[in-house]
Amino acid sequence: MKHLLSAAILLALFIALPFIADAVGQSSLMILGARMLAYAIAAASLNLILGYGGMVSFGHAAFFGVGAYVVGILAYHAGGDPLLGFIPGTNQMLITLPVAMIVSGLVALVIGALSLRTGGVQFIMITLAFAQMLFFFFVSLTAYGGDDGLIISRTNALFGLNMRNRMTLYFVTLVIAVLFFLVLWRIVHSSFGGILAGLRQNERRMSAMGIPAYRYKLVAFVLSGMGVGLAGALEANLLRFASPDMMHWIKSGDLIIMIILGGVGTFFGPIIGAAAFMLLEFYLAGWTEHWPLILGAILLVVVLGTKGGIGGLISRLTGGRT
Amino acid sequence: MILVIEQLLNGLQYGVMLFLMAAGLTLIFGIMGVINLAHGALYMVGAFVGTWVATETGSFWLGLPAALVAAMVTGVVVEALVVRRLYARDHLDQVLATFALILIFNQLVVLIFGRQPVFTPMPELFSGSLEILPGLFYPMYRLLIIATGLVVAIGLYLLINRTRVGMLVRAGATNRDMVRALGVDIRLLYTLVFGLGALLAGLAGYMTGPILSVQVGMGEQILLATFVVVVIGGLGSVKGALVAGLGLGIVDTMLRAFLPTLLLHFMEPSDAQAVGVGVSAMGIYLLMAIVLLFRPKGLFPAEG
Amino acid sequence: MSAILQIEGLVKRFGGLTATDHVTLDVREGEIHALIGPNGAGKSTLINQLCGELVSDEGTIRLAGTDVTQRPETDRIGMGLGRTFQIASLLQESTVRENVGLAVQAHVGHNMRLFDRRMARRDVWTEADAMIAESGLHGRGDTLVSDLSHGEKKQLELIMALAGNPRLLLLDEPMAGLGQFESQRMIEQLGALRGKFSMLLVEHDMDAVYALADRISVLVYGRVIMTGTAEEIRESAEVREAYLGAEEDV
Repeated sequence: MKHLLSAAILLALFIALPFIADAVGQSSLMILGARMLAYAIAAASLNLILGYGGMVSFGHAAFFGVGAYVVGILAYHAGGDPLLGFIPGTNQMLITLPVAMIVSGLVALVIGALSLRTGGVQFIMITLAFAQMLFFFFVSLTAYGGDDGLIISRTNALFGLNMRNRMTLYFVTLVIAVLFFLVLWRIVHSSFGGILAGLRQNERRMSAMGIPAYRYKLVAFVLSGMGVGLAGALEANLLRFASPDMMHWIKSGDLIIMIILGGVGTFFGPIIGAAAFMLLEFYLAGWTEHWPLILGAILLVVVLGTKGGIGGLISRLTGGRT
Repeated sequence: MILVIEQLLNGLQYGVMLFLMAAGLTLIFGIMGVINLAHGALYMVGAFVGTWVATETGSFWLGLPAALVAAMVTGVVVEALVVRRLYARDHLDQVLATFALILIFNQLVVLIFGRQPVFTPMPELFSGSLEILPGLFYPMYRLLIIATGLVVAIGLYLLINRTRVGMLVRAGATNRDMVRALGVDIRLLYTLVFGLGALLAGLAGYMTGPILSVQVGMGEQILLATFVVVVIGGLGSVKGALVAGLGLGIVDTMLRAFLPTLLLHFMEPSDAQAVGVGVSAMGIYLLMAIVLLFRPKGLFPAEG
Repeated sequence: MSAILQIEGLVKRFGGLTATDHVTLDVREGEIHALIGPNGAGKSTLINQLCGELVSDEGTIRLAGTDVTQRPETDRIGMGLGRTFQIASLLQESTVRENVGLAVQAHVGHNMRLFDRRMARRDVWTEADAMIAESGLHGRGDTLVSDLSHGEKKQLELIMALAGNPRLLLLDEPMAGLGQFESQRMIEQLGALRGKFSMLLVEHDMDAVYALADRISVLVYGRVIMTGTAEEIRESAEVREAYLGAEEDV
């Protein structure tokens, strides 16, 4: 019941957002709102392994960037030369988003297969390093803009909708986000989700129950990568741009911060965290160029001073348990 | 041939830097179980403060102690205020808190020193080149860095294997509880180790100054390479940090120096340049992937 | 009676230390076989070798006739091995019911189902609830594991091992740290399982060992110095000397 209520409130807020933006005459807020949704998807995907599965990946921005580049590269080849001589480009969203998820998932399969051979601190460092490797890969990919990134001339098309209209684009993003969170809900509460939560709490016990930890963690890692890839693909559509900066390791840190702000291992936490982070960035960055200083200070206080992030704070203030 | 030897030496010099960074990072992890993302920030602090003093006084040698002291004091303060609270926390909290420190330090440096890159003045004594082989003139300053690194390596070896503090450090790396059981003032030991790691980072940062520019973000660049060194060398192993540091330094430098030219035989010049630079930047990470396939715990995994 | 577990010449070395030194013993179908020995004799090492957490340096382990020496832990569990941990190793943040449910689920299978409703799986939860109701944790299903007493955690350890419906149970000191009353109850519970499961029981509590064991093996410095009935062990001068002598060293 409580979850249903949280979902209803969040959904109502996100439905109201563009109308409020329209009313106050700041339609740029719609893009900000849509990007909040994209980052909410990314943070929630990371939370699947970090919060539910206990795997601290510091390289998930890699999948964000891969998702964005899939959209960018497919759009680049749309109507022109096929990619690698045989893959036709496209700017149909119904194709680009699934492809972005598949490609991110494949990349996650390779990175996860290697990284999950270790654990703990090594896992953190290795995921970070692999993301950095991909960062350099795209920097050197001069055919697609290299360092400067790749400009996408048109937002992906969907059912003949006018995607230039910000309101339309916003609601398309919202529908995708809602679908995503429905699927994620099912995964978290599935048999697989139970095993994953067990692995976080006690891997040794799970092995003694006959559960091969590596296989389950790898599946979770791939699912997580696919979700972040979807988010990256959406971001590329919203910004009409893909660049190596999207997979910079600071971005990986941002995703973790969003989870922390919202509350680790809670279902709605990453949504709240992503929204809070984006608002913070939007207003602080407008106010001072030294906003990372403030962000750092807030983060330090949250980590050292509280347990459970904003979500935990709210539930403690309201006397409830998450 | 001369070019190859020159690049080998360059690689060795970069490897020494990586070792200085990795030694501190791996010791801090080995003994306290803390992953410190802000290690690169200490490197940056050493570089900036040292360079500032050197520029103001006009003497490289006055900048050196300033860099060391600044990095060490910063390290000790950070340990006392933040890291100390993280020993009992999980890795996620450690990563986040030290990530926050990076954000804070980077902005503080921007506020104090600005965004413009600065250069550390070269010490005059070492500004020339030395003919180390017939026809091969090599910058003396880079030789100084290599020598410094080797001296530090020997010093650390003696410290760890021949002194009481070293004994505790070794014991701590294998069994943290045992050190506590010995009735040692564990807080002091932790602070000492953290300070030592910070000092080495500051040394590396300052020594890099005359070669590369000193600027915000310099810490993160080397931090990522340092992580690769630590992972390949084996978490907690100073020996691993030395072997992997020098090895990676050489591999990285050789790739950057020769891969683009090598690729010219196979592709267009402009492509060869771009692909060569890209692949060589990825080189150490690919190497890490290969090592992990065969040795998931690195080359010299700490016992226990 | 055929043997469910056959160990031959099993060795594990840690650096210079030989923790288990050519251990040979067997557990017959339906038997409770106790393994006793002073601290540091290598009992826990042996358990970890048997379940596959440690890779053995030499020797063979046969489970129901199949050589599993090189097989990973999860394979062995799948072939009918179940274990308890000396120091309770549970899912601390979860309730008793979730712990047992997960153990049942792990055994029943379909663990890779991504989109089912876990809480609606009758096959899992009926079984889990029945197991809790029959146990000493009756009525404690919704308690968080971190709020359980030491004795209750030991109980839960046993239930979770049984949830895998194993043919052979490896019990690593199930009485350790229990009070007299709790020990007695654990002895009765294990006694009630006699015949249904074969057990290798590592235990210090000699009352429990004498009450339960069909046969006893004595492990000293990594070697099995004797295997026999309670009577034979009790009367063996060799055992008394080696065991008690070693005990005094500790």
